[in-house]
Amino acid sequence: MKTRKLNLWALFWAIVGLLYFFVPLYGTLDFSLRMERGRLSLKAYQVVLSDPQFLASFRYSATMGLITVAVSILLFLPTVYWLHLKLPQARPIVEILTTLPFIIPVIVFVFGLIRTFSGPPFHLTESAFTTDILITAGYVVLSMPYMYRSIDIGMRTIDVRGLTEAAQSLGSNWFQILFNVILPNLRGAVLGGALISFALVIGELILGDFLVRPALGPYMVQVGRDAAYEPAAMAMLSWGLTWICLILIQFAGRGRGSAPQLTGR
Amino acid sequence: MAEITANPESVKVVKKVRVAPAVQNWLGVLPFFLFVIVFLILPSTNLFAGAFQDQQGHFTLNNVKVILDPFVLKSYLVSLQVSVITSLLGGVMGFFIAYAITIGRAPRWMRAVLMSFSGLAANFGGVPLAFAFIATLGHTGFLTGILKHICFPAAGGAQTCPFDIYNAGFNLYSVTGLTLTYLYFQFPLMVLTIAPALEGLKREWREASQNLGGNTFHYWWHVALPILWPSILGSSILLFASAFGAYATAQALTGGTIYLVTIMIGAQIRGDVLNNPNEGYALAIGMVVVMAVCIVVYSLLQRRTTRWLKS
Repeated sequence: MKTRKLNLWALFWAIVGLLYFFVPLYGTLDFSLRMERGRLSLKAYQVVLSDPQFLASFRYSATMGLITVAVSILLFLPTVYWLHLKLPQARPIVEILTTLPFIIPVIVFVFGLIRTFSGPPFHLTESAFTTDILITAGYVVLSMPYMYRSIDIGMRTIDVRGLTEAAQSLGSNWFQILFNVILPNLRGAVLGGALISFALVIGELILGDFLVRPALGPYMVQVGRDAAYEPAAMAMLSWGLTWICLILIQFAGRGRGSAPQLTGR
Repeated sequence: MAEITANPESVKVVKKVRVAPAVQNWLGVLPFFLFVIVFLILPSTNLFAGAFQDQQGHFTLNNVKVILDPFVLKSYLVSLQVSVITSLLGGVMGFFIAYAITIGRAPRWMRAVLMSFSGLAANFGGVPLAFAFIATLGHTGFLTGILKHICFPAAGGAQTCPFDIYNAGFNLYSVTGLTLTYLYFQFPLMVLTIAPALEGLKREWREASQNLGGNTFHYWWHVALPILWPSILGSSILLFASAFGAYATAQALTGGTIYLVTIMIGAQIRGDVLNNPNEGYALAIGMVVVMAVCIVVYSLLQRRTTRWLKS
């Protein structure tokens, strides 16, 4: 049979793909283990993980990630719920608005933020706290396409009206409906969106860099400038984290929507 | 519904009930719209307005001429070059790899590995990607070291090392190096976006083509590609846009020595390298225009695609 024959053309491209994936992966791993001359060791990882500046910037970015996730759930969950329940005619507009962050490159977006909020009347970049508010808003905007779409797709799979009416007839108020009835039904979708948003904030460079906050991205660039082996170790760690996030997202959402993008380019 | 009675008090109530729901419905999405207006629309329109003002705030079209500045023009050309080349190369590579793992019958383990790695690599960008390529193809990188030591005896007792890439003029911290690095997320992105379309090709179409006496070339040229081209073009545009807007990888790889538009905008934010903030806004808005064109074309193509490839 012709169909049984091994397709050499396909095999060739599969091998090209595998090589392109694995050579840099292996190369980075090998490089990251060679900090001590003449032998393989985990020294580079030790140095990275015990650097107080690394820990501080990781803590900052992780905190911002959690805040971003919390704010975007509080903002998008009620919005999507309401759109499905009462305002289906507004969904196309909201969909376009939520894809805008794809059209505006992050570097342009941060330019706009700085021009708008650093001067009068807002003066948001003058203290660390107000800059953090601004940067959180920025992160929420960047994660908006993923969070919104994740919740929106989840909301499509449940009977919003039925659940709402059932809850109302049992005497629930809006808050109870949203957080005791709708949210538990959307656990997977919300968790998927939250993981993407969190990973996005952790890997983000541009906002942290240009708003001058001690985030992980700017720290990594600085280490990349000064050191040789530690960056490779950080690349491996980030690879591992991305992998874990993707597996968790897979578990949370089971292959919905388009591919998420976890690290900023 | 409230009942209408003669009592003027309740007439008022009825009116309220009739008007209120529409307003109330929009009130529910007010926080979202407020947020988007303040933190997305306002900054964007602010840049847009700045692009069409002179330094005294009067309307002008002069800033658009910033594109004629040799540095700006060069940065746009380099960005376009990198984006076009990586989306073409990534597109071709990604297409054939997607072909190999969908209808090409590559060994099953390869398919599984390639598919899950595409998901990983398409998401792997930014600073760590630059680090990975420095560790692999930098001056002292892993692959550079291996290639350098592949040597052959040459005439006169000397040795020739044909794969000493830095000796041969390769430099990772150049446009070529950046292209290789971007390809690491570009071709997996293509695999992810084109694989569903390839899977949507129906076996019957191929059989029908064979029954009519067509060979493999006829099938691909007259049947498969005409169906696939909107998906292929659409995916390539996605690739183009993802390279065009990229900043972090280039910054971490080259320290800002390659003048991409994004790097140029970064320099402008830091220190007004154009000596005219308004020209900086025009430079930034130019990027948005390019991206917007991409997305519009992409969504038009997407509509065309769904016509044939519905399962």
